[in-house]
Amino acid sequence: MNVAPDLPVWAAIVVALLVLGGAGMALVGSIGLLRFGTFYDRLHPPTLGTSAGTVLICAASVVCFSLLGTRISVHEILVVLFMTVTTPVTFMLLARAALYRDRIEGDPGVPRSDG
Amino acid sequence: MIRRLLPFPFLAASLLIMWLLLMQSVSLGQVLLGALVALVATWSMTRVRPVTSRITKWGKVMRLLAIVVMDVTRSNLAVARIVLSPGARQHSSFLHIPLQLKSPNALACLALIITATPGSAWVQFDRGSGMLLIHVFDLVDEDDWIRLLKSRYEALLMEIFEP
Repeated sequence: MNVAPDLPVWAAIVVALLVLGGAGMALVGSIGLLRFGTFYDRLHPPTLGTSAGTVLICAASVVCFSLLGTRISVHEILVVLFMTVTTPVTFMLLARAALYRDRIEGDPGVPRSDG
Repeated sequence: MIRRLLPFPFLAASLLIMWLLLMQSVSLGQVLLGALVALVATWSMTRVRPVTSRITKWGKVMRLLAIVVMDVTRSNLAVARIVLSPGARQHSSFLHIPLQLKSPNALACLALIITATPGSAWVQFDRGSGMLLIHVFDLVDEDDWIRLLKSRYEALLMEIFEP
């Protein structure tokens, strides 16, 4: 299905920039995941994809499908909402699991049970 | 009576709105179906007995939301810059922060805010001592961070959840 011709040029440019921006943020997050050394440092960059990346790509979807359809498309807000609410749970579980393991192994780089 | 039929009116309304958004329709059939889903879901919630918070200060909620959006945006750019600059040395570190916040719902919100922000992650919270352990990606000044978190988030969350 080819829907692109129905989109005005300015909208196509806006949508393209938003999608590229979002994909770029996800890519930078993935590069960060590769680049950094310790587990705790690697926890941070992927959040670029789940925050700015998701928001930008969902914004592109809102613009694109609001213009193509007859009504405003807003259900993408739910994607952003649920991504924001659920991914931190995974990050927290991972961090806690890593901390638990490092403490048992006596890693000097992590704080003791109570600081 | 209304209390028994609708134990969590806000949750029920949110579920109905979510249903209508997902279905992308406000036809009578979808409204009825969505209402049924919302009612059954909220009734089953009473069995879990969640800790409820009565939120009245919606202005403060909006302010907190605006602050979070601003901080997440700024933190996104900061972390992206560190990742992309080849020689950059960031100083990541664990950080202990004493919290006065007690409400479990407020603590859950704070955990989401801190972890959703790319530069920081919630690691552990000790309910007894109120000591929070977070990991910061690029720590410049410890006291600055503690002051920022307490004045920007904790104070507002206390006003919203613990009036």
